[in-house]
Amino acid sequence: MILAGCGMMVFLGIAGCGKSGGSASGNKTAGTLQIKGSDTIVNANQKLSEEFMKDHADIFVAVTGGGSGVGIASLINKSCDIAAASREMTAEEIQMAKAKGVNPKEITVAYDGVAVILNKNNPVEKLAIADLNKIFTGEVTNWKEFGGKDLPIVTLSREVSSGTYAYFKEMVIHLGKKDGKAEFSSKTLLMSSSQAIVEEVVNNEGAIGYLGMGYLSDRIHALHVAVAKDKEYYSPDLAAVMNKTYPLSRPLYFYCDGEPQGATKLFVEFTLSPKGQKQFVDTGFVPLEAANAPKIQ
Amino acid sequence: MHRKFSEFLIEGCIRLSGVLCIGFVVLIFLFLLKDALSLFGVYSPAKFLFGTQWLPVSKPAQFGIIPLVVGSLYVTVGAILICVPIGVGAAMFIGEVAPQSLKNILKSLVEILAAIPSVVLGFIGIVWLGPFLKTTFHLGTGMCGLTGSLLLAFMALPTIISISEDALAGVPRAYREAAFGLGATRWQTLWRILLPAASSGIIAGVMLGIGRVIGETMVVMMVTGNAPVIPSSILEPLRTLTATVASEMGEAVSGSEHYFALFAVGLILFIITFIINLIADMSLRKARK
Repeated sequence: MILAGCGMMVFLGIAGCGKSGGSASGNKTAGTLQIKGSDTIVNANQKLSEEFMKDHADIFVAVTGGGSGVGIASLINKSCDIAAASREMTAEEIQMAKAKGVNPKEITVAYDGVAVILNKNNPVEKLAIADLNKIFTGEVTNWKEFGGKDLPIVTLSREVSSGTYAYFKEMVIHLGKKDGKAEFSSKTLLMSSSQAIVEEVVNNEGAIGYLGMGYLSDRIHALHVAVAKDKEYYSPDLAAVMNKTYPLSRPLYFYCDGEPQGATKLFVEFTLSPKGQKQFVDTGFVPLEAANAPKIQ
Repeated sequence: MHRKFSEFLIEGCIRLSGVLCIGFVVLIFLFLLKDALSLFGVYSPAKFLFGTQWLPVSKPAQFGIIPLVVGSLYVTVGAILICVPIGVGAAMFIGEVAPQSLKNILKSLVEILAAIPSVVLGFIGIVWLGPFLKTTFHLGTGMCGLTGSLLLAFMALPTIISISEDALAGVPRAYREAAFGLGATRWQTLWRILLPAASSGIIAGVMLGIGRVIGETMVVMMVTGNAPVIPSSILEPLRTLTATVASEMGEAVSGSEHYFALFAVGLILFIITFIINLIADMSLRKARK
């Protein structure tokens, strides 16, 4: 997964240099469909496309990751049909798209909780958003401040192309303010994929990272997070994200150029159907409607 | 007539390939230059070259490349310090000391070493070397400059060994015979005669190895942690020029300030590798004389 993710990033990097790199531009009725973007849901998209291709043998769906920024940039450069994003397009991006004759249409496809993960041996169980802010801006640098071991904190982040990075920056570093000026601590490690964050957290007792809940596993443990110290703490699970009590809950989007047509339309319809929504559940995300979710206790 | 025509055709083809190669280099350079210089219309060159913060998506964006240049420098110098002694030593062993049967095996092994894909090395760095260095040196994280240096040294070794070995083999037989004739031991001959005589070729090999190290992207992106901070030691996370371009190019919309800044970084890299290759070329030329 790491290999694939990194390989893709380099490939995209190269493809991005030549403007003619896009293959699927404007060819909406043809048999291929390019989906690019968010690393958070790249696995979900891959599964969606595999299921989709079982029903539509004449349409080939290609899924690549790299980060939401990569997907949105290639939508603007007309080198993909669907940009998968774990954040909203910014006003500047929409403006740039319009200038290039692209009319971005937003479709919410599922929900996600951004999980904050720690090494299994780290005893810290729960933190408020304000604590996370102190950790990721570098104000607090030792775990003993939060009742943990006497260990330096190693903060892990995604690259700037990641939608999860943009979301986490707004919610935690800027405490929800759109025009915040604060930055991640300059000591923060920028990892090239979500899986790379998992690997580092597994190997490093002092590490803390964040990622989409689809990457959670029993090799790491996810913090319970509260809006403020005196509020209730929630873990990033299906129930808490579904009713939005988990503070870092967010929608996941598809963006296409104008109203989806042809193969794109078929794929979007499939994504929103119960069978499509089930693929998100299977890869660890939260469906749009409770009816499509597995039973919540 | 027929023979003359085919001569002409083949000669033309060869000439075309030569001209095309040069043409590509010139075109790439012009392409880089055009987009890189566009940055300086909107961002001051002094702030780009001497800025100490690289914050491409903040508002306002900061494109100071000092942390990236220092990062690349740390990793490269670290890699050179590790790979040059080992590489030249290995070349001396393979070329002059090892018996013929062992020599052939070693030579093909070195070639296999060159064929290991860089992602594979990066993967080894993430799952094994990084955690190993972390526990050995009691670091905060194994994703640091040294991890990158070690893996890059490994990547540069085949180049250095092959070219140095060729250079040693190219020293005229008469030198050896004269040295032995004067009663020099094998080691004295190797150290005092062969090594100085082959020095230009060895330097060329080392320079080409350095060129490989500074241009390598995948490994450093995977294992050095990519924190855009000016590192105070090689045991800290750092970010290189190449990793920056590779990880940010995909999301930079063509024509934006960020996009041009990445081209400017590419131009700086191009200039650095160009200078290194030039030095390598000059020493190779000297070696042939």
